[in-house]
Amino acid sequence: MQPMRFTAMRVPFNASVETRPNLFDFVAILLMLGAAIGIGSIARHTLGPLSAPGATVIHLRASYLPGYAVRTTLRMFAALVASLLFTFTYPVWAAKSRRAGTILVPILDILQSVPILAFLTFTLVFFMNLFPGQVLGAELAVIFTIFTSQAWNMAFSMYQSLQTVPADLEEVSRGFGLSAWQRFWRLEVPYAMPGLVWNTMMSMSGGWFMVVASEALSVGSTNVALPGIGSFIAAAVTHRDIAAVFEAIATMLVVILLYDQLLFRPLVAWSARFRFETTPGAVAADPWMLALLRRTRLLNRASHLFSDMLTSVGGLPLGPRPSSLKRVLVPQSVGDGLWFGLLGLLALVAAWQVALYCRASLTVAEVTHVLLLGVYTMIRVITMIVLASLVWVPIGVWLGLRPVWANRAQPIAQFMAAFPANLFYPLFVVGIVHYHLNSDIWLTPLMILGTQWYILFNVIAGASAFPGDLLEAARNFQIGGWRWWMRVMLPGIFPYYVTGALTASGGAWNAAILSEVASWGSTTLTATGLGSYIAEATTAGAAGKVGLGMVVMSLFVISFNRMVWRPMYGFASRRLTFA
Amino acid sequence: MDTTAPIVATPATSGEVLVRVSNCRQSYHKESSADLVVLDNVDLTLSSGEIVGLLGRSGSGKSTLLRIVSGLLKPTSGEVMWRGVPIRGPAPGVAMVFQSFALFPWLTVQANVELGLEAKGVARAERERLAEEAIDLIGLGGYENAYPKELSGGMRQRVGLARALVVHPDLLLMDEPFSALDVLTAENLRTDLIELWSERKLPVKAVLIVTHNIEESVLMCDRILVFSSNPGRVAHELAVPFPHPRNRHDPAFRQFVDRIYGLMTRRETPPPADTAAEQKKPPFSQALPELPMNLMAGLMETLAEQPYRGRADLPMLAGSLQLELDELLPLGESLQLLRFAELEEGDVRLTAEGLRFVQSELDERKQILGASLMKNLPVVTAIRQVLDERWNHRARAERFRDELEDHMSPDYARRTLQTVIGWGRYAELFDFDEEADQFFLDEED
Repeated sequence: MQPMRFTAMRVPFNASVETRPNLFDFVAILLMLGAAIGIGSIARHTLGPLSAPGATVIHLRASYLPGYAVRTTLRMFAALVASLLFTFTYPVWAAKSRRAGTILVPILDILQSVPILAFLTFTLVFFMNLFPGQVLGAELAVIFTIFTSQAWNMAFSMYQSLQTVPADLEEVSRGFGLSAWQRFWRLEVPYAMPGLVWNTMMSMSGGWFMVVASEALSVGSTNVALPGIGSFIAAAVTHRDIAAVFEAIATMLVVILLYDQLLFRPLVAWSARFRFETTPGAVAADPWMLALLRRTRLLNRASHLFSDMLTSVGGLPLGPRPSSLKRVLVPQSVGDGLWFGLLGLLALVAAWQVALYCRASLTVAEVTHVLLLGVYTMIRVITMIVLASLVWVPIGVWLGLRPVWANRAQPIAQFMAAFPANLFYPLFVVGIVHYHLNSDIWLTPLMILGTQWYILFNVIAGASAFPGDLLEAARNFQIGGWRWWMRVMLPGIFPYYVTGALTASGGAWNAAILSEVASWGSTTLTATGLGSYIAEATTAGAAGKVGLGMVVMSLFVISFNRMVWRPMYGFASRRLTFA
Repeated sequence: MDTTAPIVATPATSGEVLVRVSNCRQSYHKESSADLVVLDNVDLTLSSGEIVGLLGRSGSGKSTLLRIVSGLLKPTSGEVMWRGVPIRGPAPGVAMVFQSFALFPWLTVQANVELGLEAKGVARAERERLAEEAIDLIGLGGYENAYPKELSGGMRQRVGLARALVVHPDLLLMDEPFSALDVLTAENLRTDLIELWSERKLPVKAVLIVTHNIEESVLMCDRILVFSSNPGRVAHELAVPFPHPRNRHDPAFRQFVDRIYGLMTRRETPPPADTAAEQKKPPFSQALPELPMNLMAGLMETLAEQPYRGRADLPMLAGSLQLELDELLPLGESLQLLRFAELEEGDVRLTAEGLRFVQSELDERKQILGASLMKNLPVVTAIRQVLDERWNHRARAERFRDELEDHMSPDYARRTLQTVIGWGRYAELFDFDEEADQFFLDEED
């Protein structure tokens, strides 16, 4: 199987946007805080009367696992459908309407920095109230969690593609008078396809982590255990059943292997057709699944029929035709005035609400405490990124410079990134409990367990794309040792490394909520930090504390992105790319 | 403006008027200063049965005019009539061929060609028939199921042509259609196209082609509009009096090409009304092309040697150096700007200063260039002056870029400054720190 070399070269979704924070970022934060407080207050009022849904029993027997695996997978796909719907609406609106874009894009940017599991406190109660006493409410809450781990990323990819549609193709479609609908399906969607498919697959990889984490939860007095691999492993932890933990891991391996082979690889290879370069690039062999689809007669027929259908739907003459004469109902300045006035008003209302809420329920001491916890977690994240880099950069370079090894290692690294690392957490916890280790230190590696692979496979991609003539020149001038790393290799792979490290660090923040508190049977280990603060507040059902933790963590992630990753990425793309 | 000689070669000249552009002006609004005028006071009439060429340098606004005719761009002022009706939005009877081919990489040749028909809502069977027809006409038969990336540049442009022709447009617009192709492929495609046109097999009534290649325009067109730059204006209009197929070695043909070279290198004598303004040119108004000093030195060395001995005929020079007009003219003009050479009536002549440059060693060359830059390029003088005044001898490049942008588009301002940096470095007048975007003086000097 060929490595997908282009994979890591994609601009990370949050690195290429405007760096400077502007007024709209601030407005977006205010609006979202206001909304969160609104939902939170609904949650507070309704927390009491709600009782657990018809207590779902999780059977700790291996024979139940295939069924559980299917249910877990179904949740993933339900969330995927929702994410796709979001991707084809929200960013399209943001890209097509200048006014909407000024606020929708910052909102998206902030949403993707919010710790995903913290949403659950609010959404679980909300959805369970929608369907009281039914499992459906809990199902929807879990699906929504997975959705939040996928949608923002995919939407950003879509938005950026829409912003960069090549001008000459744009002119062709206008010149031929393609309607808005036709242009969307003939030009914009195909152009966005490679980025969208890649980001979708990356998001799904992240989603497995979330589905495992969210199937078994307790928010205050609401306990949810939905049949699935996640709740299976939660039950195994409660019953200290190490064999069941291994069974769950084995089942997940099969699930991820199927996902990787049947969906991930065929889709990414297929989407290469839509890549914009018109030069024939290095042609990778089709993954076996895609080859099967392309060569099997019956399947081929079916897929042709399907694509013909899609083609004719995309060709429907819906929407307005291009015209240079716009009907102006309201003069632009008036429209802008109304729109921004409305935004300002909403921001004011939100600000008022936030101020009221803060005065009523927050103390300065609490906020300082949470900020300090944020610093602890930040130190953990930084340490782990540094350690993971020290390990994986040399290995990745070694592998990447040897095409045979790179071809073998790349799929494995991508597979590992998709595998939900939280299934391994119990094994670590058993070790920590057994050897009486310091949980402040030894729980830390858990947060990078799943996301370190992003560093590895991006570095592999960078090293395999390193120009051969530069390597030869370095050998010719006998540049070796430290100088070789500093002058030759590290600058060359830096853009790829930043992409990987950025993804890994974002994932580590999210994982902190799960990894700073871990239990084995009745033993609970806690590492002091923002993650454990949020996790404990969630279990206690303290919506206010969860909200505070969530805001603080978002602030840390956003400032981390803007002050570290984006400048680094900007520098890398200015200075360290092979033009 | 040259008087238009009676057009000999086009039998259908008396055809109906398709497009009439009158008094057209295109400018881009700038916040800081006066609007940037790209096209000024342009008139154009296109009738069925003719091939018209828009000839000019890059930046002369000819592609802009093409987009205005197509309805893709609405002019700032002026009127565009399509068959007597003012156009709003893309004109239905117009199809365009692009320099970059602009093919959809995810569609096969067949699907690319069908695209325009699909937008019109033509039924599938009919679509396939028409596409087949266009594909065969343009010599693409057998390639229907190929994707663009499998094709060579020439074949890709044939797809672009077929895609335009399949909708049977009244007017075919071509935006430098051959300039991304190599010489032989371009010749092959041109010949095929002219043959189809002469045999009246092309399903179009008129062709408007944008080019910067003089020979190409004389080979193909019945009428040529020569554009002047900054702002773009129609400087001359010429009727080409040769029947198809044309022979580029015919002395009359060569003479015609020479005449256009002469027109395009003629010193512009500004109309009397503008004289006062012209003489008090604002100091930064000169846009510079991206030209490394070594290239200019190479040209001067060539000019100084046999067989030119200080003077060369531009078309001949272009031929022997394998340079296009669009490459050679900026070179000559830059030398003229630095007073190293003079352009006159299609010739380029080395000045005494230019000769001195050629005969000097590198260090002396740097001095000669430095002196010339300080004397003839106000922007260089200004940069050096600011650097000398500052205690740390550093100055932000942005302020000079801003000043340049008062007189040209941001893109040209950027390019001009890039050239200034290159020349300044060659002459060791100043250095540039790209990361900080600052000019500075090397302290050791």
